[in-house]
Amino acid sequence: MLMKNTVTMFRAALAAMLGCALLLAAPAWAQNDDIPRTPSGKPDFSGVWQAITSAHYDIEPHAARMGPHPGLFGAHSAIPASLGIIEGGSIPYNEQALRVRDANRANALENDPLTKCFMPGVPRANYMPFPFQIVQSTDVILIAYEYAEANRILYVDQPEVTSQVDAWMGHSNAHWEGDTLVVRVTGQMPETWFDRAGNHHSWEMVVEERWTYNTANHIDYQATITDPQTFTESWTISLPLYRHMEPNMQLLEFKCAEFSEEFLYGEWRKEGTPIGNPPQ
Amino acid sequence: MKIRALISFAVFLLVGSSALAQNGDYQVPRTEWGQPDLQGVWNFSSDVPMQRPQQYGARQFLNEEELEERRARIEANRAAADAAAAQLVLDPEAPEATSNPGGYNDFWIEVAGLGDVVRTSHIVHPEDGRIPPAAEGAKRQFGGLGPDIPGERPVRYVVGGISKDGPEDRGLSERCIVGFNSGPPFVPSLYNNNLQIFQNQETAVIMTEMIHDARIVPLVEQPPLHDDIRLWSGDSRGWWDGDTLVVETNNFTGYRQTFSSTGTDYDMVLTERFTRTAYDTVEYEFTIDDPSTFTDRITAVIPMIKVAGQIYEYACHEGNYGMMNTLRGARVDEQRMAQGDNLPERD
Repeated sequence: MLMKNTVTMFRAALAAMLGCALLLAAPAWAQNDDIPRTPSGKPDFSGVWQAITSAHYDIEPHAARMGPHPGLFGAHSAIPASLGIIEGGSIPYNEQALRVRDANRANALENDPLTKCFMPGVPRANYMPFPFQIVQSTDVILIAYEYAEANRILYVDQPEVTSQVDAWMGHSNAHWEGDTLVVRVTGQMPETWFDRAGNHHSWEMVVEERWTYNTANHIDYQATITDPQTFTESWTISLPLYRHMEPNMQLLEFKCAEFSEEFLYGEWRKEGTPIGNPPQ
Repeated sequence: MKIRALISFAVFLLVGSSALAQNGDYQVPRTEWGQPDLQGVWNFSSDVPMQRPQQYGARQFLNEEELEERRARIEANRAAADAAAAQLVLDPEAPEATSNPGGYNDFWIEVAGLGDVVRTSHIVHPEDGRIPPAAEGAKRQFGGLGPDIPGERPVRYVVGGISKDGPEDRGLSERCIVGFNSGPPFVPSLYNNNLQIFQNQETAVIMTEMIHDARIVPLVEQPPLHDDIRLWSGDSRGWWDGDTLVVETNNFTGYRQTFSSTGTDYDMVLTERFTRTAYDTVEYEFTIDDPSTFTDRITAVIPMIKVAGQIYEYACHEGNYGMMNTLRGARVDEQRMAQGDNLPERD
């Protein structure tokens, strides 16, 4: 009993000390002087970033499960488990949209727009297993994704620049709320998904992203999805993004159009014609 | 990019641009990092020929008389096009002059050079403004909008094909792998001659509208990329030479041509120079150095004009129903021929 009480007291003291430390640290944390900043004082998100998560398989919490064509790929195509990235755990689909999700999922490999190397849209592009680079200027910020050479221009404090046509990567208007970059993404094509599990949305989706430095080398990323056609209420994902620390890190190319040609057009290939180009 | 916006901006440029461009006191604006600011959306349309017509010899610029003649010719062409369009309105039932509807009408095509149109050619080196002779053994491959020209893979040109057997037998822009004008280097072409430049202290990005290629250029010391890593857009490194952004690009794949239907880009070293000469003008100069393809280097100068608009997402691959139709049509033709049908000649 004495031992247990001692441990409990120790834990309480530790918690109190930790609480004090957090309280003391909070104001300094809010200012976050240890992050990169532009000359004008804004947090500078420039760099190469990537998520470390299995959420690109399925953004909802899930155990590991069998993947497509196990007879051909064995464990290579199995789907790893993930805690998910949704605050609250699940997506609040309306009844009809849930049926669409289930239909998507039943044949997810063939139906996923990424199998065709289509651009992933937002927020999916941010948690795929590919790096992306942020090049931050003053009035515009470019986010270049390695996957499919997809990219987005964020118009900072330019609300007059609006979406004129729908786009696979949408239209991004950004503004600063303190040290948080808030991005409203509209005008996205309804064909993009959230993951490989068939989670989907309509053309009406609005994504509000919040990018906030936690430390100099990781960003707290949050995105709130609103789409009355598909969901009964708004919902939010959150995950950390990590800076690539390798010296000389740079984006390379993943121009996957050529890798998807057989999937897309193979049916119309002349019989006996070889696939691909000869090596150089 | 909206054509109407381009046209209205061109009118503005005709009025205001030359005065600005001739201002030798022009101070290049600076970014918040203090570097020359080249940012914005730029258009590199041009109706100046890439190679210099031989009558001009080593002369780089048109004289006043030639300029006047050129303006008159453009005006006459425009009037003829307007008259033809008006005739169509007056007599919509008139028989078509040709059974081939063509691929693009005037709405699509950027025929007007928005910038410096006083040059005799874009190529300024070699001195005669002509593409130098090919090096011995350099590969040559010709594409185009006409009938397929049988040949061997890889197809390195952008438009056309060696057959319709598989997607790899078509040009690179038909496959949505390389834009037909986006290079690098950029060359004025049929439409969408737009790019946007982004900058901060350590990085510049040159993003072409065609196939949304964002070429990231580190402006800080970075070792060369491993020779085994080859990229369609190459691997770029940049630095400032005074107020000029210099970009050197290596590590091309070898699956594109070096220039003008010739060579492979595997050994090509591309050097580009971006100099802001006026509020609305960036002079773009590129030099191709590839001794395995050409016996001399090639340097060309192309003005880029600031455009008041935004770059649109050119989702080429996502909308490439043309590739499926091309291949599918060929298979249907084969089936019909096997059944003894006589088919019309096709492109």
